[in-house]
Amino acid sequence: MSGKMTVVEGSYAVAHSVKVCRPNVISAYPITPQTHIVEDLSQFMADGEIPNCEYINVESEFSALSALIGASATGARTYSSTSSQGLELMHEVLFNASGMRLPIVMTIVNRAVSAPISIWNDHQDSISQRDTGWIQLYAENLQEMSDMTAQAFKVAEDKDVMLPAMVCMDGFILSHVFEPVILLEQELTDEFLPTYGPEHILDTSNPLSFGAFADPSAYTEFRYLQQKGMDVALGKIEKAAEDFKKIFGRYYGGLIEPYMAEDAEILLMAMGSVVGTIKDVVDKARSQGIKVGLIKVRTFRPFPVEAIHSAVSDAAIVVTLDKNISIGLNEGALFTEVKSCLYNSDISVPVMGFMLGHGGRDIPMSTIQMIIDKAAQAIKSGIKVESEYADLRGELL
Amino acid sequence: MSRLAPGHRGCAGCCDAMAANFVLEAVGDDAIVVNPTGCLEVMTTPYPESSWEVPWIHSLFENTAVVAVGIEAALRALGRKGDTKVIAMGGDGATVDIGIRGISGAFERGDDITYVCIDNEAYMNTGVQRSGATPFNASTSTSPPGSQSFGNSRPKKNMPAIIVAHGSPYVATTSISYPKDMIRKVKKAVDIEGPTYIHVHAPCATGWRFDSSKTVEIGKLAVETALWPLYEIEDGEIASVRKVKKPKPVEEYLKAQGRFKHLFTMEGGKEEISKIQDIADWNVKHYGLL
Ligand SMILES: Cc1ncc(C[n+]2csc(CCOP(=O)(O)OP(=O)(O)O)c2C)c(N)n1
Ligand code: SF4
Ligand SMILES: [Mg+2]
Repeated sequence: MSGKMTVVEGSYAVAHSVKVCRPNVISAYPITPQTHIVEDLSQFMADGEIPNCEYINVESEFSALSALIGASATGARTYSSTSSQGLELMHEVLFNASGMRLPIVMTIVNRAVSAPISIWNDHQDSISQRDTGWIQLYAENLQEMSDMTAQAFKVAEDKDVMLPAMVCMDGFILSHVFEPVILLEQELTDEFLPTYGPEHILDTSNPLSFGAFADPSAYTEFRYLQQKGMDVALGKIEKAAEDFKKIFGRYYGGLIEPYMAEDAEILLMAMGSVVGTIKDVVDKARSQGIKVGLIKVRTFRPFPVEAIHSAVSDAAIVVTLDKNISIGLNEGALFTEVKSCLYNSDISVPVMGFMLGHGGRDIPMSTIQMIIDKAAQAIKSGIKVESEYADLRGELL
Repeated sequence: MSRLAPGHRGCAGCCDAMAANFVLEAVGDDAIVVNPTGCLEVMTTPYPESSWEVPWIHSLFENTAVVAVGIEAALRALGRKGDTKVIAMGGDGATVDIGIRGISGAFERGDDITYVCIDNEAYMNTGVQRSGATPFNASTSTSPPGSQSFGNSRPKKNMPAIIVAHGSPYVATTSISYPKDMIRKVKKAVDIEGPTYIHVHAPCATGWRFDSSKTVEIGKLAVETALWPLYEIEDGEIASVRKVKKPKPVEEYLKAQGRFKHLFTMEGGKEEISKIQDIADWNVKHYGLL
């Protein structure tokens, strides 16, 4: 079990986690708010602190991920990090990495996408990549982010999973904040994370072909098997969280983390750092006797359908909070997917969706309180508006 | 000696297959090959078959150089580099157009890869559309001649010069019609540390519209008319040039191919041909071919 707390910046905590996971090839391109992570890793490299590792200073995010395709296929443990425009630029390569079953791990420092250009946080960047076949984990705070990074390598590289993973942290809110963190100890990390030894690699003593051309007689099965890998990942994510707890003594739930959820009538659901704010509001509401609870969704891909079923079955209303929008549907992704996984199930609970905190707009406790009030109203008189912005500035329209 | 295994799906007389074979012959078995999307990739790896007897990977159309860079870095990080050569082999479209950013990055950083451009002067895999390497006035499916056009309106992008500008220790042009020249240059390129570049002229019977028995002949005519000069540039200086004692008139090269046929029938075609002769004359002077 570990213990020593240090006050560090969120980016440093992540860079440190990456270092103790012993990557072999790192490749990244700077973009706000991810920059501090790659700068810290560059310093570790300059100081010789990451043995058996090459850092490739590429000329674009497209190349960052492409280089890792080659490196991962050669048998290297690989890491990158990006945000927003950088992640969007990688789009084509994302599908390629997952299709070739290369367990690359990437920190996404979540940021809004342009236009209008914004450097501030929301989840539009990673949510827009949800169908690319990558595992997606979302962290609430720096400690969870540190720990999740190591867990991501373990899950992604599991021979029955073999899928790339994004570990998502909120830009600035987590990446640039200083908090006390227990930095991962090298020895414990070595105990937790086995060395990477994939079955199939580019090796001149055993020549294999990667990335063949699949005609209609074979393509579907590749896709099917990717989904199978995701199915397996559900259990492996829970297992990694349990294993981590045994070695490090910290645990945040596996796929989801319920908070005051058991007897909750109003059940909020959210991902990322806003969960911290929501917990405070829930505490306050509970002290006033309002039965509110929270489900933190840690794992967005694979989507934890069963875990959500059992978590929401007794609630009177479920309320999702989304830092993203599907324009044209007017819904956030969590809202759409929670609704979708309840339809055809025998659980009958109304779901309301709120979008908020886009482009870095602050989410004060009062906004969460307002959402709870609206949910309480909906329990009484039904849902009036299914999905809407919680923090729209009408005076600007 | 490694070769492509028989049974690939290339056209008869395929230039890409010839180029790949000469590269494999030059580098032997201790090599890892990266291909972009394109004719060579599609024809050699219809799942679950593969013509490759060395480790091979195809990722995307525009990231070949940098996938090779990642492989090379991984081999070093894992202590497996030894004498293994990492070779990126891409079509002209993958090289001079869509993939140029990643190539530029690799050559600027000095990564230890060899990049071979197989230049068949158009996007063959998608049906002969123009690329930045399509020659002046060539007809392609996206540069057709018409009442307002003689075909492709721009001369070939000078990719070897772009690579030289990156400070590459070794840049060479060659042609599949000169296997000895090609094999020698590829051998030299892979043995030099740092990013080296070979630009192979590769006449494509299907795309250029000539009989598939004439692939080698057409390639020779390109060199003999001085439209495709063969040279080596080491550390920025011309180190060798294949002399062309008496350059043939460009008509001999042009008339042998369907893609230039319109120049011989259209009004004003003669002047257009003389502009192509100017390109050959410039090559003669610039590279000292005589
Ligand atoms: C991003 C992207 N754009 C377009 C394509 C379609 N495409 C596949 S191969 C190709 C042309 C290949 O041309 P070249 O590199 O010259 O190789 P060739 O087939 O001529 O040997 C194109 C346009 C693609 N696969 N990916
Ligand atoms: S179109 Fe040209 S390059 Fe493509 S397979 Fe046929 S001959 Fe080879
Ligand atoms: Mg081509």
